[in-house]
Amino acid sequence: MTKKIQHKQDMKMKEKPEAELHEFVVEFRKYKTELNKKFLDRKPWVPKDESKVLSFIPGTITKIFVKVGQHVEEGEQLMILEAMKMKNIVSSGRPGVIKKIHVSEGDRVPRSMVVFELELD
Amino acid sequence: MASTKKVSELQKRRDQIQLGGGEQAIQKQVAMGKLTARERIIQILDEGTFNEYDLFVEHDARDFGMEQKILHGDGVVTGTGTVGGKPICIFAQDFTVAGGSLGSMHARKITKIMDHSLKMRMPLIGINDSGGARIQEGVSSLAGYGEIFFRNTLASGVIPQISVILGPCAGGAVYSPALTDFVFVVENISKMFITGPEVIKTVLGEDISMEELGGARVHSEMTGNAHFFAQSEAECFAQIKALLNYLPWSNSTPSERKTVVEPKQEYNINKIVPSDKSMPYDVRDVIRSISDNSDFLEVQENWAANIIIGFGRIEGTTVGFVANQPKVLAGVLDVDSSDKSARFIRFCDAFNIPIITLVDLPGYLPGVDQEHAGVIRHGAKLLYAYSEATVPKITVILRKAYGGGYIAMNSRHLRADFVFAWPDAEVAVMGPEGAANIIFRKEITSAEDPDKVRKEKVAEYIAKFANPYVAAAKGFIDSVIEPAETRKVLKHALEVSGNKEIGMPRKKHGIPPF
Repeated sequence: MTKKIQHKQDMKMKEKPEAELHEFVVEFRKYKTELNKKFLDRKPWVPKDESKVLSFIPGTITKIFVKVGQHVEEGEQLMILEAMKMKNIVSSGRPGVIKKIHVSEGDRVPRSMVVFELELD
Repeated sequence: MASTKKVSELQKRRDQIQLGGGEQAIQKQVAMGKLTARERIIQILDEGTFNEYDLFVEHDARDFGMEQKILHGDGVVTGTGTVGGKPICIFAQDFTVAGGSLGSMHARKITKIMDHSLKMRMPLIGINDSGGARIQEGVSSLAGYGEIFFRNTLASGVIPQISVILGPCAGGAVYSPALTDFVFVVENISKMFITGPEVIKTVLGEDISMEELGGARVHSEMTGNAHFFAQSEAECFAQIKALLNYLPWSNSTPSERKTVVEPKQEYNINKIVPSDKSMPYDVRDVIRSISDNSDFLEVQENWAANIIIGFGRIEGTTVGFVANQPKVLAGVLDVDSSDKSARFIRFCDAFNIPIITLVDLPGYLPGVDQEHAGVIRHGAKLLYAYSEATVPKITVILRKAYGGGYIAMNSRHLRADFVFAWPDAEVAVMGPEGAANIIFRKEITSAEDPDKVRKEKVAEYIAKFANPYVAAAKGFIDSVIEPAETRKVLKHALEVSGNKEIGMPRKKHGIPPF
């Protein structure tokens, strides 16, 4: 059952195809270099839009407390987002009027989906 | 003298147990492209050296019909043997026996061999291939994991600990490998995750395969959990032997001195680094131009490739290399590269392996994502690791050493024992372009032709500060050397630091920025 195998003590590096060189600026100087996947995949930063309420965890919306056109205060409960066996309360971060509700009770939502839109005061 | 009958009974028992989960289960294992637990151990160890312990151990579970079941060896093979003539402890989970599930006796076999390896001061190799906790044994199984994690921590920094992931390793089980020094993975065979694809799909609605979630590539390229990636089990075992070849057997034994072989001619140290500071090169060629026989065993090759770490020898002695890699992201420091190198430095320090640092970096990676990912906290790990290390620490500045990056890369100020620089080195608070823009801002902006003045001022700054002599004049650099002198100078530095002894303030332990 046991096969004999050859053990190489010094492993030769696997030859990789030459990657493309990019211009890359650090402190005003341009460098020629390869870029890795993590760097290329990074998301550009966008300022937080306070008028949009996002699902902070994937889960199921089991209860919605507010209606379109209703005014809510900061910290007012908007809905229950059930996830990981917890009934998580989602509250408004800012005072405003509910402009749009993108979900209904029973919906399953992914993470970071816009569930409510507010007209901020 | 034992009767023939008794001897043949022993033989019968052995044969039966060594068959693990039986022919059918072995066929399944082979169909998955995997070797059996015993084959794996035999292939890692020197021929004929495996001594198995606890072959006759049986589980003591009494619930859910377990009392009716016999699980040979309780799903794990343990013992001792030698690699390259030196003794080690080894265990391998046997997936053919109840999916390699971990019950209390299975765990006790593992902790017994771990205790042995710590007591006898020899390396431990653990081969993981298990479906996870044996649910029928309930909390006893969890206790088993806890006992293993505790021993991993206890042995950390005393004996080298190696984890080989040759099958699933899921849930809490992943934390034993994560606590060990080196994790080996094999494409299409290794799978590591806390929660598997099924749970993720049910709870979160995200559909992902095991391979995409926690396969060998994921852990070698994205998470940094794995240190060595192989295409086959055979290649993986060769990597393990290659690593052990460099390591000391414990923190109280020196690593083995090998016969000195000069570096190969094909690595010409004078021709690797372009003097144009903007042009890339592969710093591994510099390492190979100074290491014995041009051998270099790279660790975490596929993760955070903007810094290179690994083992080589100089004049027969094992050293750890840490080098900025100008070829990738211009060699900047960032979250992952700080994390990667800091841990490696701590390994070298714990096992008395001198550290050679090759410096050529423009600074830290700029970006919101880096700042928000905690480059301050992670970057601090590198400063901590270098400052804390008491092994001989030698630095060679090849080209650029600017700003915070200069300090972090084992500068004199973090108690480097020797700092050398090549004549092309620029040691400065920042690159000339940036510095000139700040220092001469008024002159540049108020000039009729700002671009012309800027160029002049940059040239002025380069002439005055973009060299190693300002730092050498302050004694921050011990010596400016020709590239061709590097190996000779390193050899000498290692020779004269053989008896290094420095004190640290008395403390229980420091608090590194984990």
